[in-house]
Amino acid sequence: MTLTKMGLMATTAIFAAGAAMADGKVKVGMITTLSGGGAGLGIDARDGFMLALSLSGTEDVEVIIEDDQQKPEVAVQLADKMIQSENVDVMTGIIFSNLAMAAIPSAVAQDKIYLSVNAGPSALAGANCHPNYFNVAWQNDNLHEAAGAYVTRTGYSKPFILAPNYPAGTDALTGFKRFYEGELAGETYTTLGQTDYAPEIAQIRASGADSVFFFLPGGMGISFMKQYADSGVDLPVVGPAFSFDQGILQAVGAAALGVVNTSQWSKDLDNEANTTFVAAFQQEYGRLPSLYASQGYDTANLLLSAMDKADISDKDAFRAALKEADFDSTRGDFEFGNNNHPIQDIYVREVIQEGDIFTNKIIGVALKDHADAYAADCKM
Amino acid sequence: MARETYINAALTLLLILVPLWAWCSGQTYIMTLCTKVAILALAGVGLNIALGLGGLVSFGHAAFFGIGGYAMGILASHAQVMDPIAEWPVLIHGTKSMPVIWLVAMLASALAALLIGLLSLRTSGVYFIMITLAFGQMLYYFTIGWPAYGGEDGLSIWVRNGFPGINTLVPVQFLILAYVILGLALLFSAALARSRFGLALTASRQNADRVETVGITPFKLRLVAFVISGAITGLAGALFADLNRFISPTMFSWHTSGEIMVFVILGGVGRLYGPVVGAALFIMLEHLLGGVSDYWQIFLGLLLLGVVLFARGGLIGTLAGREVAHG
Amino acid sequence: MTFLLFAEQLLNGLQFGIMLFLTAAGLTLVFGVMGLINLAHGSLYMIGAFAAATVAGLTGSFLLALAASLVAAAAAGALIELTVIRRLYKRDHLDQVLATFALILILSEGTRWVFGSFPLYLDVPRYLAGPVTLPGGIQYPLYRLTIIAAGLIVAAGLFALIARTRIGIQIRAGEADREMIAALGVDISKLYTLVFALGAALAGLAGAMVGTIQSVQVGMGEPVLILAFVVIVIGGIGSIKGALVGSLLVGVTDTMGGVLLPRLFALFLDPSAATTVGASLASMLIYILMAAVLILRPSGLYGSA
Repeated sequence: MTLTKMGLMATTAIFAAGAAMADGKVKVGMITTLSGGGAGLGIDARDGFMLALSLSGTEDVEVIIEDDQQKPEVAVQLADKMIQSENVDVMTGIIFSNLAMAAIPSAVAQDKIYLSVNAGPSALAGANCHPNYFNVAWQNDNLHEAAGAYVTRTGYSKPFILAPNYPAGTDALTGFKRFYEGELAGETYTTLGQTDYAPEIAQIRASGADSVFFFLPGGMGISFMKQYADSGVDLPVVGPAFSFDQGILQAVGAAALGVVNTSQWSKDLDNEANTTFVAAFQQEYGRLPSLYASQGYDTANLLLSAMDKADISDKDAFRAALKEADFDSTRGDFEFGNNNHPIQDIYVREVIQEGDIFTNKIIGVALKDHADAYAADCKM
Repeated sequence: MARETYINAALTLLLILVPLWAWCSGQTYIMTLCTKVAILALAGVGLNIALGLGGLVSFGHAAFFGIGGYAMGILASHAQVMDPIAEWPVLIHGTKSMPVIWLVAMLASALAALLIGLLSLRTSGVYFIMITLAFGQMLYYFTIGWPAYGGEDGLSIWVRNGFPGINTLVPVQFLILAYVILGLALLFSAALARSRFGLALTASRQNADRVETVGITPFKLRLVAFVISGAITGLAGALFADLNRFISPTMFSWHTSGEIMVFVILGGVGRLYGPVVGAALFIMLEHLLGGVSDYWQIFLGLLLLGVVLFARGGLIGTLAGREVAHG
Repeated sequence: MTFLLFAEQLLNGLQFGIMLFLTAAGLTLVFGVMGLINLAHGSLYMIGAFAAATVAGLTGSFLLALAASLVAAAAAGALIELTVIRRLYKRDHLDQVLATFALILILSEGTRWVFGSFPLYLDVPRYLAGPVTLPGGIQYPLYRLTIIAAGLIVAAGLFALIARTRIGIQIRAGEADREMIAALGVDISKLYTLVFALGAALAGLAGAMVGTIQSVQVGMGEPVLILAFVVIVIGGIGSIKGALVGSLLVGVTDTMGGVLLPRLFALFLDPSAATTVGASLASMLIYILMAAVLILRPSGLYGSA
């Protein structure tokens, strides 16, 4: 059934493209992290994006891919390259907030459309929102806000919260506190890139906390979860999806079992677009898709949906077409708010084991049709 | 010597012809890359004064590069929102004027070099390498945790700063500006090497005791060299920030120190044009290899390794054929 | 803060110090004997962790995994020494920095090419998992106590190797006068390969032991590398005793700084400012310590001038 459906979708896409486009093609510049320790995220986002294009069968999208090495200066220079030499129409791909802040403002100011596959820094969501900037993932605070809401609703009354000492870390704790109004057992900032969490775990044990919320992306989260599980502290843990995503879970292993995390997407979300995506991704790349892959996939489908409705040469019409977000998202309902950031459900997931594989299953909805806290400051 | 002069002349020609060709054929990005080469070479010229002339292996020049960048970022960010930097004890406004920014960048990094030098030059050898690294890391972690100017996210400047009489937003004009500054720095560096100060510094690198007996304190010489070196690298930092219209703590990371050092060694330590050759080669490799595969850094590593092992004295050393390898 | 928590944090600091010693021991050995700055030490650490994760995944045995980490890192070390490093002994520090910087690029991306871009799984074996209760009622993970024991064994082993064995005598003689011991008929190049492989094996063992409670991923060696350099420079290059004292000093400073500084600032700042300012200063603390030590003792605590 899925295959027929895919075939149908592809045909309609081609027909529509043929009808709507004067000269046809859209040139996409993708700057993403493909080398070094953060490469897993960029590779997943890229693979998701390319998968959507190949499933659609379109030949009207040309993608130029460059590796930003997770260095902001490199991202800026690649953005210059995309704009000055490659003359792309649309840009996308940046994973990390600090790189996004470096490259995006100047790109959108030069009238390029930017579709964010992952980062959603608050500075781009509020007063500095831009008609050319569309975020297809989340505003950075969203998943932390959902965690705060979940903790409140579950009835925990003394969470201990921790994050690294950098802007995304302070945003995370602020986001959590925005939706958690009770008392905190403690609040700690760790060093960015820290590998040993024994002191923090001792603090948690001594603080009389009844739960733990942490935001520690990448390897930091793996280290923390392993050490926490081995410490004998047995409090329930809540976190955003980043530390419990498909790419990371196998490395954490049983230490993550039962942990509750918040996410706008999950592999077991029951809608047709998601079923198609999960099956096709596994078939194409031989691994389970991650959050980042789903975001890349949705981004490409958003782009294709806009190409059906408008020609890229008419920027106003194209932006309006993007804003309609008329595509089948893998996360179900998806629409843009006034600041071009998503309004979407944020789910609560639990880490489970399926055979040898650790993965997530949805256990509830944390926030329904959730927008972000900065939208009101945006004058669009 | 003559051979090196020819090589330098050929290189100068190449550095002018490539952007000229890019300008004629509308390859704006190639011009951006050339500007980047010039600016990073400038940072290398700064390091080369400490490293080549003074024999001071600083693994912390990212500190000055970053300070220069943050001088630009702080001044320009306050100017773009019309918010004074300080109101007390004196009213200080931000600025979008490059000459003022450069002056502040050089003064600030010179001051930092003076302080770091005073403390670090008491050590030598590997200890000097590591203590300079320590100061760089201190500033790196400080800027990450310092929220006023963006912390780890860094800070974007919306429009490139201005220079009287030219439009810096036009790539070719900014490129010429960077070239002129690099040219001046090279002239200065050549003059410095030939000056009495430069000769004394070279002598104290080769034999500190002998210099001391004629009444010169190597410590003072080295300190002055370190300060000049820091100031030039700071200027490069300010320009680099303007090239990207962006600053971030990565400017302070030990990778940046390492890369500046790589430019100098690739080209040839103590050679006038060494940093220029090194920066040009490194940027070119990065640009060309980036598209080859996801694992392009393996090839970059192999090439670097090849240069160290088989091209003694860096590229210029190999081409000019002086200082034959011994053992 | 209660006395008990304070004591536990102090223990954490010492334990972190021992972890650092494990990684720094090989570096200081190579540094002291051959005068070589090896930036690729962190990559050998990574190789050890990846080898351990692979073998643990295949066999399920933690001891075999540790053995694999030793063998893999020693083999990689010997290979690197024979092909690259031995050409660098007579070069200055600059060439060594550049060459080993290049090795980092090759080894990191090479590892990613072989193992992929996602972190690997490696966990504490069941018989070492979970906490035990120490005198005074502190709950402490058994595995961390194992790390402390391993660190002390490595320290004792190195002391004995240098002071008591024939190789140790050759090593010490080589440090003092390279030509002389070659003249005495010791095959110096074989000795150097051996010492480098030993240093690499120690790095690999550290990667496996420490990697077990951290994240086994590409780039894991880099933060470790910088910390290891800080440790051996504070201790004085080439001194095993210095490395041990230096690691404990860095471990305790880092841990106690992170715990105490935010509380200190909370006395006169509002809580959220105190946590961020305290955390910022805490992350700079070990570099401040290192600069201070070098300013007072330009050759480190136990280094010979």
